[in-house]
Amino acid sequence: MTSSKTPVQSGYPHPHLLGIEGLSRSEIVFLLDEAAEYADLDPHRHGRNALLAGHTVINLFFENSTRTRTSFELAAKRLGADVINMSVAWSSIKKGETLIDTAMTLTAMHPDVLVVRHPDSGAVKLLSEKVECAVINGGDGAHEHPTQGLLDALTIIRRLGRLEGLRIAICGDILHSRVARSNIHLLTAMGAQVRVIAPPTLMPGRVEELGVEAFTDMREGLADCDVVMMLRLQTERMQGSYVPSIREYFHFYGLDREKLAHAKPDALVMHPGPMNRGVEIDSELADDIDRSAIREQVEMGVAVRMACLDVLTRPLRSGRRR
Amino acid sequence: MQKPPGRPAAPGRVAYLNARLLDPASGLDAPGALLSEGGEIADLGPGLFKDGVPEGVETIDCRGACLAPGLVDMRVQLRDPGEEHKETISSASRAAAIGGVTSMVALPNTDPIVDDVAGVEFVARRAREEKSVKVYTYGTVTRRLEGQELTEMGLLTAYGALGFTDGLKAVANAQVMRRALAYSRAFDTVILQHPEEPSLAGGAMNSGALATRLGLSGIPVQAEVMMVERDLRLVEMTGGRYHVSHVSTAAALEAIRAAKKRGLPVTCDTAPHYFTLNENAVGDYRTFAKVSPPLRSEADRAAVAEALADGTIDAIASDHAPQDQDAKRLPFALAEPGIVGLETLLALSLAPVHAGRMGLLELLACLTSRPAGILRGRSGLRKGWPADLVVFDLEKPGRIDPDRFASKSKNAPYEGHMIQGQVLRTVVDGRPIFVAA
Repeated sequence: MTSSKTPVQSGYPHPHLLGIEGLSRSEIVFLLDEAAEYADLDPHRHGRNALLAGHTVINLFFENSTRTRTSFELAAKRLGADVINMSVAWSSIKKGETLIDTAMTLTAMHPDVLVVRHPDSGAVKLLSEKVECAVINGGDGAHEHPTQGLLDALTIIRRLGRLEGLRIAICGDILHSRVARSNIHLLTAMGAQVRVIAPPTLMPGRVEELGVEAFTDMREGLADCDVVMMLRLQTERMQGSYVPSIREYFHFYGLDREKLAHAKPDALVMHPGPMNRGVEIDSELADDIDRSAIREQVEMGVAVRMACLDVLTRPLRSGRRR
Repeated sequence: MQKPPGRPAAPGRVAYLNARLLDPASGLDAPGALLSEGGEIADLGPGLFKDGVPEGVETIDCRGACLAPGLVDMRVQLRDPGEEHKETISSASRAAAIGGVTSMVALPNTDPIVDDVAGVEFVARRAREEKSVKVYTYGTVTRRLEGQELTEMGLLTAYGALGFTDGLKAVANAQVMRRALAYSRAFDTVILQHPEEPSLAGGAMNSGALATRLGLSGIPVQAEVMMVERDLRLVEMTGGRYHVSHVSTAAALEAIRAAKKRGLPVTCDTAPHYFTLNENAVGDYRTFAKVSPPLRSEADRAAVAEALADGTIDAIASDHAPQDQDAKRLPFALAEPGIVGLETLLALSLAPVHAGRMGLLELLACLTSRPAGILRGRSGLRKGWPADLVVFDLEKPGRIDPDRFASKSKNAPYEGHMIQGQVLRTVVDGRPIFVAA
């Protein structure tokens, strides 16, 4: 994790948000509390906040994303920041010189926060070492997606009142999922019992060492769970490389009412989006507002990102430039 | 074309006094002196110069330091020709001299590839021009490193190729490997394999909990042992001499140990990073710790150290792999593998000796006589043999500082690493090519 360079006594002493791993429980609670406050603000009544007026947030996306980028953009705008979106086409041909060069170029523009998404694990950390502003990891490879972990946690807390002691199942492509990793780190740190459910080909090696229980049978894994988090499965992984077919995957690992019946009767269903309806989740179930918190997750996403932008720029705003 | 300069005039007579003579080949470990005359060892022994050194002999007082055959580094990437911004034969030779290496063998994975006689001759000519460390090369097993057609092993051997390897690529096709092993017998040469089943080796680091946490794709230990076990069947079938390069796993070592017991003509080497570091060195995406094969678990590291101590591992090679910043300052999965190792080869290799796990002679054998034996070369303190020598202080402590490396590239994950042992003087054919300040 990030090292603490700024001598700030705030509840979050790190210059960046690169991942959940390494954050203490109190730091996580601090971020969630801050986010909860933003979640309670009604954007229509309170209008734009001017907290970040005159500050620049750059969304630097090396990978396609509409939802996360929009969410960060909205969060920054609600705080009054100037927002610039940069999409950089990334291919293996271009390699990482582009990454360092881009970092140099951006540093010269003096942004206050960089939100970075990148297809390679560790790339956001590498970039954070080369720039002079706060960096938020908007998702790096199969490593972490910390704001997603935070928004999922906030959603659960608002629905179920707590995290500690809950039994939470994360299902799907655990191997390639940064959402799964951030959630595992966050939820285990907060005292939840975490289970991961995946076909063996999509289960990372020695995942138990992250403090979770692993299941290949979905019904078994879902037994008595309070929360069921589904993950998106990339289509290119369903054509024989990891999973033989979409229909076989849905049959054994797609969430439908019958499988969900193994969880607790009122278990909450979540999905980071975008959903593949009929692949990892039954369409009608996804739309059931009593069971599904999917819409709320999107709402909490904006609140969490406002909180992160706020917290990371506090040292700056109080005159302590790094 | 300019005539390549020959070696300089032969040096005169040099006496090395007050040395701890160490010769792994003969088992000699005694205080004494050595005399070189011209490029050769003229005499040595505990009683030599007991009555003083005759007139006209240059004397070097070793002050009790160790005097051993110069190191033979059987696995070095020179990057020359083709990637001279990373290393050249000249800069690698300086690094080798500082490291106590008097002979090194280059991998043929340069650009152009050393898969024909011209490539072997190029390396030989450049080495002659340097007049420093002895530089040899391997040829590739297959043309253009494509894994299909065999190179002219006989002609390449005649021109000086010391063995055959496809470098960082395994010879994946079993039929091609079978023919390479069989054909090589006609020329008593050796096939060196990069032990990795390619279809399992697409990852960025060792498989395991750390790879899972970092979200990096893993390379399982099975990728190594599978290739070794397959090859051992082919060795059994063909009788070809087989050498496993940079072994990193307990499983592969077990297979090699068993094969040796069965009398198969198999040898292997490892590099210092496989017994001094484990996968935790990767830490937070530290690309300087990215190597191929990857750094493994602590259990595997310990097994490599064990196999070194029990003699299963024949040689320690630096696996010198220079990479510049552009190749390393990348997201981990995209960074090039490799550690530069020529300058730290001896000091890092001495760790098991200082830890009391290995005798000094046994360790030096892995750096001198045993690799030389595999390559049919000569390495030893013996009258009439080349005066290729290293003088080193076994105890002197120090700290590794990659910024001070003579190598053009500084990619070593050993910054600040404490070491014990320092090279004081390196001698090739009786001439000093490095003298410590």
